[in-house]
Amino acid sequence: MKDIKLSRRRFIVGTAAAGGGLAVGIRMPLGLRAAEAQGTAAAAEVNAWVVVKPDDTCVIRIARSEMGQGTRTGLAQLVAEELECDWKKVATESITPGQNLARERVWGEMATGGSRGIRTSHDYVRRGGAAARMMLLQAAADEWKVPVAEVSVADGVITHAGTGRRTTYGKVAAAAAKLTPPDLKSIKLRDPKEWKIAGKPMKRLDTADKLDGSKVFAIDVKLPGMLHAAIKACPVFGGKLVSYDEAKISGRPGVRRVVKVNDSTIAVVADTWWRARSALEALPIVWDEGPGASQSSATIGKHLEEGLAAKDVYAFRNEGDAIAAIQGAAKKVEAVYGTPFLAHATMEPMNCTVKLSAERAECWVATQNSEASLAALSEQSGVPLAKCEVYRHDLGGGFGRRGGNQDYVRQAVNIAKHFPDVPVKMIWSREEDMGHDFYRPISQCKLAAGLDDKGALVGLHVRISGQSINAFVNPALVTNGQDARQLQGYTDKPGDAQLGYTVPSLLIEYVMRNTHVPVGPWRGVNTNQNAVYMECFIEEVARAAGADSLEFRRALMSKHPKHLAVLNAAAAKGDWGKPLPAGVHRGIAQFMGYGSYSAAIAEVSVSGEGKVKVHRMVLALDCGHAVNPDQIAAQVEGSVAYGLSAALYGECTVQNGRMTELNFDRYQLLRLAEMPKVETVIVPSHDFWGGVGEPTISVVTPAVLNAIFAATGKPVRTLPLKNVTLV
Amino acid sequence: MAKLNINGRVRDVQVEADTPLLWVIREQIGLTGTKYGCGVAQCGACSVHINDQVVRTCVLPVGSVKATDRIVTIEGLSATGSHPVQKAWAALDVPQCGYCQSGQIMAASALLKRKPKPTDHDIDDAMTNICRCGTYQRIREAVHMAAGRKQA
Repeated sequence: MKDIKLSRRRFIVGTAAAGGGLAVGIRMPLGLRAAEAQGTAAAAEVNAWVVVKPDDTCVIRIARSEMGQGTRTGLAQLVAEELECDWKKVATESITPGQNLARERVWGEMATGGSRGIRTSHDYVRRGGAAARMMLLQAAADEWKVPVAEVSVADGVITHAGTGRRTTYGKVAAAAAKLTPPDLKSIKLRDPKEWKIAGKPMKRLDTADKLDGSKVFAIDVKLPGMLHAAIKACPVFGGKLVSYDEAKISGRPGVRRVVKVNDSTIAVVADTWWRARSALEALPIVWDEGPGASQSSATIGKHLEEGLAAKDVYAFRNEGDAIAAIQGAAKKVEAVYGTPFLAHATMEPMNCTVKLSAERAECWVATQNSEASLAALSEQSGVPLAKCEVYRHDLGGGFGRRGGNQDYVRQAVNIAKHFPDVPVKMIWSREEDMGHDFYRPISQCKLAAGLDDKGALVGLHVRISGQSINAFVNPALVTNGQDARQLQGYTDKPGDAQLGYTVPSLLIEYVMRNTHVPVGPWRGVNTNQNAVYMECFIEEVARAAGADSLEFRRALMSKHPKHLAVLNAAAAKGDWGKPLPAGVHRGIAQFMGYGSYSAAIAEVSVSGEGKVKVHRMVLALDCGHAVNPDQIAAQVEGSVAYGLSAALYGECTVQNGRMTELNFDRYQLLRLAEMPKVETVIVPSHDFWGGVGEPTISVVTPAVLNAIFAATGKPVRTLPLKNVTLV
Repeated sequence: MAKLNINGRVRDVQVEADTPLLWVIREQIGLTGTKYGCGVAQCGACSVHINDQVVRTCVLPVGSVKATDRIVTIEGLSATGSHPVQKAWAALDVPQCGYCQSGQIMAASALLKRKPKPTDHDIDDAMTNICRCGTYQRIREAVHMAAGRKQA
């Protein structure tokens, strides 16, 4: 090991933009500063990522949001791997966006979405861990007056080979913290094939307080003098608040007042949430429901259907002449598919606690994008960014709902403005949460394929008509309806979401058809719908060709070896082609998203009454470097539940401009009895970093639908299955 | 005014009789391990034990709870997090986000009290709480483990 250079350098870590209009510098000096985060008194901050306590506890700083996906543990493993500390003495600490801002974004991007938590920060967090190790070793070498090359470390115990002297990280951390850090770029990171902590199925670091009720979610925050708010927005999207009769609820116990939150939203503030909620239910409110009230699932369906034949088309991929190839083909296959709006339904409903004073704005919130939360807090309160702080709590579910759109922070700020110096906690009821989501966008897809006389695919035409997330979230991103994001999974470029098939003539089109319903990213985003369209239709085409479902796909995948390897891995583990119990049928699917390759085999039976039972699912995933195989398996298992909830039951239907499924009685979610046995195959790959939280959902539904097709002989083209008569 | 026996302590609370027990536990008593998920007894995040039976408290008016009823919340399940269900949950890393897990653990511990060696079918019938992260496979395995089928 080389001695640490005494020159201080600055380095640049990419140009990730923060959400919500927060523009801050990206230059990141890895300076030496006193420990300033809470809970690290008497501890030494070796660098931004690593704080060492005298008892050798290594506190690893975590910038991304933990919502169950295990990023806290995975990121800590990556830092610890390079730090070479004792994993049993690792603790973690969530830094705040205010701290990140104050230190010129030393911790980089904090937004946690798009399955990016690890894959876009693995390099700099490992360098942070390695730099801390080098400084700790240098401090020991300095103390012993020996060259640093003669000292080594294992599990946080530093040894000098020549004299046998030993010390620990805890003993040298204070001296290490005073050293100038090494040049980060020149650090050689450990070869992932030699990992000892990363790459291993370590137990999560954040389980204990989830087992005894002591974990404080944002909804559990308690502050002195805190008030509670229940909230209601106009049930029709785009509608407005006209009037309310506060006198009707005056005198109710604990009620402080009614607050108009914004043009379309009202809240009741009381000394407890239940009293606020009860009063809100009793409050007469007059809404102007606006033009959205004329909309329904039927009108929206017609709007999308029109798009399937429209002229204002965005040709996303146009290779060869697919239309002519299909027209001239020996055999033609055509189908129209559709998928509904879906709600995220995080178990912890939206909530946010805000305290405003003349000079300071504070917010306690579950957020996937705490820098966007900070920006929203500042913008809405008018308090400068530097005087705002967001205390982020681990999320009781995120799934994309708690990302860039910080609607709940803005609402909570508007309520808290009426109560200076008093913290106000706003909690949405489940009905509010389901009725005012940013839903998975609705779409329909028309597909056509041509087969030659040998059953080979000669042309494929895919046209999606549906709502655009970007057009709702950030219209400037979409010009003339050209929104490639809605075609996620169909791109020709390698990298993030490449279509795994090569088709001689291919035409993929998008027709933007927006509605009055707010839309947003929903775990897996557009890969879910697009995988259903592609993989169920390919199944139809394979059957029309008289081919085996696996072999037909393989023939299209020779130029996509990574897709193919994952498909083969699923097929092998999933016993493709082998006998099944009577009445049980298999389906297969593969797709790519978030830089990772996924494939699934489903074993499904359909009863005489048309009831679907999913018995077993095998999922194969190539996410490149696998930082924690057990947590990857947990994400895959969870993705099956998330995917099956959508496949079996998921739909948000619109009547009179509003959502009709407002609670779990009508928006059913998968329960334990319906959970199939899930087997996860991690396909070994050490040449890239892919996402984990989202990619596998996309293959769950098409594999199940294709198994149903095998069982009934009929393709399923609309979801959810509860609405489909199978026999 | 209500008198409640929660985790072995008798507490007096000033609250309207129609307030759901969930909100009394969370807001008057201040124990927040019991969660609000749906308010219509669908998801089970609000599950506690009353006289050893699992009960969804979001629809249970506090006025219907007797002073002699023994209420146990997740905080009172064991003094040190050492209930066999908690140990099995830890051993298998069951929780993801963790929000529903108090309710899951209360449902599982009530099941095991009633049926110390539950079958898969018993688990299907008893464990009807919703987990949006989808930890069901590990919940099933952990219930079996807590029942002693495997060493925790």
